[in-house]
Amino acid sequence: MEFQFTEKELAFRAELEEFIKSALPPDWQERARSWPGGYGAMEYDSEQDRKDAESFKQKMVDEGWFTVSWPKEYGGRGLSNMEQAIYFERTSYYRAPSLNIATAIMGPTILQIGTEENKEDWVPGIAKGEIEMWLGYSEPDAGSDLASIRTTAVREGDEYVLNGQKIWSSLAHASNYGWVIARTDPDGHRHRSVSIIVVDNNTPGVAIRPLINIIGVHSFNEVFFDNVRVPARNLIGQENMGFYYLMTALDFERLIVNIGAFKHGLEMLCGYVKRTERGGKPLGADPHVRRKLAEIAARVEIAYLFYWRTATLLDQGKIPSVESSALKLVTTELSRMLANASMEILGPYSMLMDPAQGAPMNGMAPRGYLDCISATIGAGTSEIQRNIIATRGLGLPSK
Amino acid sequence: MDLDLTKEQGFIKSSAREFLKKECPVSTVREMRDDPEGFSRNVWKKMAVLGWQGIMIPEEYDGMGGDFLDLALILEAMGEVCCNGPFFSTVALGAAAIIQWGTEEQKKELLPQISKGNLILSLAVAETHQWYGLDGIQTTLTDTGQDLVLNGAKLFVENAHISDYILCVAQGPGEGLSVVMVDPRSPGVQCSPLNTFAYEKQCSATFHNVHIPRANILGTLGAMREGLEGLQEFAALAKCLETVGVIQAAFEQSVEYAKSRKQFGRAIGSFQAIQHHCANMVVDVDGARLISYQAAWRVAQGLPASVEISMAKAWTGEAAKRVTALSHQIHGAISFCDEFDLHFYYRKAKACETAFGDVQYHLDKTADRLGLV
Repeated sequence: MEFQFTEKELAFRAELEEFIKSALPPDWQERARSWPGGYGAMEYDSEQDRKDAESFKQKMVDEGWFTVSWPKEYGGRGLSNMEQAIYFERTSYYRAPSLNIATAIMGPTILQIGTEENKEDWVPGIAKGEIEMWLGYSEPDAGSDLASIRTTAVREGDEYVLNGQKIWSSLAHASNYGWVIARTDPDGHRHRSVSIIVVDNNTPGVAIRPLINIIGVHSFNEVFFDNVRVPARNLIGQENMGFYYLMTALDFERLIVNIGAFKHGLEMLCGYVKRTERGGKPLGADPHVRRKLAEIAARVEIAYLFYWRTATLLDQGKIPSVESSALKLVTTELSRMLANASMEILGPYSMLMDPAQGAPMNGMAPRGYLDCISATIGAGTSEIQRNIIATRGLGLPSK
Repeated sequence: MDLDLTKEQGFIKSSAREFLKKECPVSTVREMRDDPEGFSRNVWKKMAVLGWQGIMIPEEYDGMGGDFLDLALILEAMGEVCCNGPFFSTVALGAAAIIQWGTEEQKKELLPQISKGNLILSLAVAETHQWYGLDGIQTTLTDTGQDLVLNGAKLFVENAHISDYILCVAQGPGEGLSVVMVDPRSPGVQCSPLNTFAYEKQCSATFHNVHIPRANILGTLGAMREGLEGLQEFAALAKCLETVGVIQAAFEQSVEYAKSRKQFGRAIGSFQAIQHHCANMVVDVDGARLISYQAAWRVAQGLPASVEISMAKAWTGEAAKRVTALSHQIHGAISFCDEFDLHFYYRKAKACETAFGDVQYHLDKTADRLGLV
């Protein structure tokens, strides 16, 4: 038993932290407004923020941090899962605009299950940050029940012809390719009839329609495919194996829970309490406030322990499906708890949205109170996570 | 980072579970609740043969020379069967205090006897009108020049009635707190068991002009506050580990029950409502274990652990209430019957929470450490 990092991990952590601090604009912490666990504020508020995020990304590419977790032969450092966990922890703590799903999910998945052609086509572009992808999984009638997707891809010569619709496609408008699951065998078994196909957003027949989320941010989209012709070489791996690849892709997603942002959120709230007086007394002396914050501190600690546990299991070559469901469940419920506490502690001031009009904590609390709704719904609802824990983990019968 | 038990730790845990399952299954609580002593001396002797009482006692005093994690694993196994009896007060409190504060003579005299299972100890801190912690202690220790005189009344002294020594916390002489070892057979000492919620043998103890020889002073007179705070933290963490065992067992039984109990023609565990109760229990049990192990590991390593302990105590306390309540919910009406063992877990979970600071108390300590003011 060992609840600490190795020397090598500590050195990696220090090197990474130095890079993040030097590469981020000095006032980034005042501007970053993403809420831990939320999916709603992925897009940036201003043109300046977007430019800064781009420039940070370029620095990552230039200094070798962008694909740091990849195998050495593809320009990475072949990090252990624990080092990757440290990487995600530190970048999310500083709320660095580093999460690029093509690098974190699609690249490593292609390296693992893709054909040689797939690797040639996609890996270099992803590594340079030139190819960005959106996840084309959910459909209007296939949310939690993903196996019910109805988008089809029919092979015609050297092409696939796609028809159908995707929804909740985060940042599809800001990416250049879709990583789309579509049914390639209409008569096949639910799980053995689906393939992953990469679709260029600029292909004729692709229509992207924005969905503005409740924060007022354009993060989601609906994407329509109307006889979209895609080169057959854009098929990832083998035909009809999409669901199995999706599971591989999921393995790379397990540590992406923005864990560090929770610690940051707690510190932000504690900072506000320390600076604030209410009724002539320090707010930090209020028993209710103290209890709330201490509860959250303990939950953040628990979330971190679930997080490190998932990383150690991955390093042991185990598939932590149950443990990562627990991690997802704990972090996203914490997202809501942190938002509730922030609103309660701010009281009437929690109604102020705009920092320029005096909104405390940069207006983060009310945004978080909205954004946290997405946390327990996106990427597998809390109910789905509990189902996984109960049936796969505890062996409770499904009928 | 390595969150798994080592081979040796795994062995301690599995052999402890095996021993306790055989020698004092949870039904023992029922058998012993009306027993005046409250435990089996036969089982106590067998524990000593296994080296449990001396688990943390250095080898030079005939102990096993283990660390806090070793003790933690035994306590966890004890929690799984809601084990009452003098182990906690003798080992986690008494032996720990003597190892830390005893003079060489005291250690030589007492520690080997503890290891052999020949001594039962208890710790007396709480008093009427007092809350958790060490404030408001009114029991006094005065120095007559020749020996010391103890006066006062204590509550929740676990096993005082069968103890060879009560380690009593008192105010004085003068400012500051002291700890003295009181032989309960001394004139002026009276102990009587209290009727308590989880059937441990908690006692009241009164001291009326009890003469204490100087050889029975533990640590430095009038300078024990800091040490006692440390001991109470240590004990709070020990209770966390016990709690982990309690809720692990309640959880396991509930899952088993959900798989076998049939209603509407199917196992109730196939209903999502029950499945989600079980999944929530997983999060609580695993979280409680991880946060308690983390703190125990820090203690074993000699690292500062106050905040980790308080967070662990707060979390496990809440988690234990949720898990045991859900266990009853899943088991239904049968779990409301005395003949069914589940209520021992429900009781023990709450008793562990109130020992050495409840959820609120430890959340407040956590808040102190967040530096909010």
